[in-house]
Formats: sequence, structure tokens, C-alpha cells
Amino acid sequence: MKAFRADLHIHSLLSPCGDLAMSPQNIVAAARQKSLDIIAITDHNSTRHCQLINELAAENGILALFGAEITSKEEVHCVALVPDIASLEMLQKYLDNHLVNIKNDPNKFGYQVVVDRDENIVYEEQHLLISALDQSIEEIEKTIHAMGGLFIPAHVDRSAFSLSSQLGFIPDDLNYDALEISKYTTPEKFRKAHSYLKDCTIIQSSDAHFPEHIGERYTVFNMKNASFDEIKLALKTCDGRFVSTFPGLKKP
Amino acid sequence: MTVNDIVKMLDLEVFCGKQGLTNPITGGYTSDLLSDVMGHADQGNIWITLQTHKNIMAIASLKDLAAIILVKGLKPEKDTFEKSNEEGIPILGSRAESFEVSGKVYNLLQMKIA
Repeated sequence: MKAFRADLHIHSLLSPCGDLAMSPQNIVAAARQKSLDIIAITDHNSTRHCQLINELAAENGILALFGAEITSKEEVHCVALVPDIASLEMLQKYLDNHLVNIKNDPNKFGYQVVVDRDENIVYEEQHLLISALDQSIEEIEKTIHAMGGLFIPAHVDRSAFSLSSQLGFIPDDLNYDALEISKYTTPEKFRKAHSYLKDCTIIQSSDAHFPEHIGERYTVFNMKNASFDEIKLALKTCDGRFVSTFPGLKKP
Repeated sequence: MTVNDIVKMLDLEVFCGKQGLTNPITGGYTSDLLSDVMGHADQGNIWITLQTHKNIMAIASLKDLAAIILVKGLKPEKDTFEKSNEEGIPILGSRAESFEVSGKVYNLLQMKIA
């Protein structure tokens, strides 16, 4: 077993709220600087920067997972991570089919652009990415799992756009792979405040919108190698694998 | 005033939880954030929302609310529907928006109190 540092919630400049400095090159450089082994690109309701960042990261010895931060119709944010290019395409299609059709106004919400490795703009997303899908949280969970993906409700402790804020509490039968907590709490505090949650895996990520925030919070995955399958097993605490949130390296 | 009075006066659809139509109404609360409703709705309130997730029933039961009105023609999801029947807390429906429904319910409750 080896310890891998993973920040599984990072926005690129494609997200309207993502800083323009969040180019694929800069994200990978910041991840390197922070000694992250694994990152996940999770723009709001789009995966269009995932593939390029995956390639650039691989050139730097970093695994960049494919994903998105999906907004459910209840306006709950959840991180979805998928294993390969085929499922990435399926995920993008799903997002395109279900994102409520509202046009972005870049002056109000920010630019939503995809760039190439030389930072030339190659695509501008017209649909407002911070709006919601017409899908319930359960429908999203089932869809992501059918793609072989991981479903992780985001910043569940926050008072906005979280499971707790939108739905009052975390539904006991929701099939999530882990819960992500924000930088404003700790796993200990969160578990104490939500004692009704039985055993659940908690991860912590940066939710970075600016390069300097990348890796500000991360989760250590103790597993055999840096791969999607190992991450899946580590989240289930399978065969000696486990995850721990920064700064602890204690066994659960 | 009971839930049934409001159903009749506002011509609301009754989806489920019919056993609770005789629940007395103490006031109303309009919000789509369940955490907010959990913190601020009072016992016996009729709750106006666009959320259809089954957690609305858990909140309604926890806070001992009289009924829920779904706005804009929205319908409860299947498990929400079942929970409502189990708990006996009615889920009602209106085609109007929250603003309009809230205004009408407010007026009815004011009239009754005056």
C-alpha cells in the first residue's frame, strides 16, 4: 500500500465562477507544486475540460480523473467521477440532455470557455452551467452508477447547494460512495453534528476556483496504485485500503 | 380552519395523505430550502413549496405540519406519495406559483382570525 494525495473537486475556467487563471496548464502546475498525486476536474455540469487536463496531468505523473459537479433539480451539488473515455462521453451527453436551457450572460455570470493546451479558446458553452439538471438526486445517483462511476454529494456541511441545506438532512437510503465535506469543518465535527449517519466514508477536497486554492484540502488514499478502480476500493475500505482527510494519516 | 377548508376554497388537488384533511391549520410557511423549513416552520403550518423529494415528508412529520401544497403543477414523487399516505399528512397541488398560493392562503387565514 502507498499513500496518494488526492484533491477530487477542482473547477477550471470553464465554470463561470472558475478564475480565468484556472487553465488546464495552470491547474496541472498547481497540482504539481502541491505534490498532489490525483486530481479530479469537476466543472459545473460539464466535462469539456477533463480530457485535456487528463493528458497534461499524465505528462506530469498526475492522475486527473474525469468528472463534473452536477446540480440536481433540488439544487444539490454532487461530484460525479467516471472511469474512462466511453463513460465520460456518456456523462457529457447526459448533462447536455438534462441541463435546463438557460442562456449564459458572460457579463453577469462569467465566461464559460474551453481552451486547448496553448490556451487558445476552442469552444464557448452557451448554456448557463450553474443552473440545474431536470433530474432528482436519486436519478443522478443511478445514472452515474450505471456508468460505473462514483457519486459523492459535495460540501454536504455547507448552508448552500448541499444535501443538508436543500433537503434538510442526508436521506438514509441514498446510495453515495462518499460524502465530501468543505474546508469549514472536519470529519470529527461533521460526524458529531450528523450522528444519524452510520458508517460512511468522508473525503475532503478544495473545491478550488483559483489556482492557489488547489490542494488546500485533500484526502489521502492508501491503496495499491493511483487508478480509478483502486480509488473505488479505497472508498469502500476494501482489503486494508483506506482514506483519511488532511492533515491526519490515522487509520479509521 | 382545516386542511379541507383550504382545499375547497382554493380548489386544490389532493394527491395523498387524505386521512389528514381534518388537520387544523395554525399558519403557513413558504420555502424551498428544507433546512430552513426544519428550523423555522411551526407546528400545524401549511407548507408551500416546489420541492417534491421524499425528504419533504420527513420534515413535515418532524415539524408536525398540517399539509404541504406543491406549486406550479408539480406532483409528489412516488416514495413521497407513499410516505404521505403512511404519515397521514396530505400533499396538495396547485397550478399557481408560490407567490400567488401564499397570498391566497395568507388572506384566508387572516380572514379566519379577524
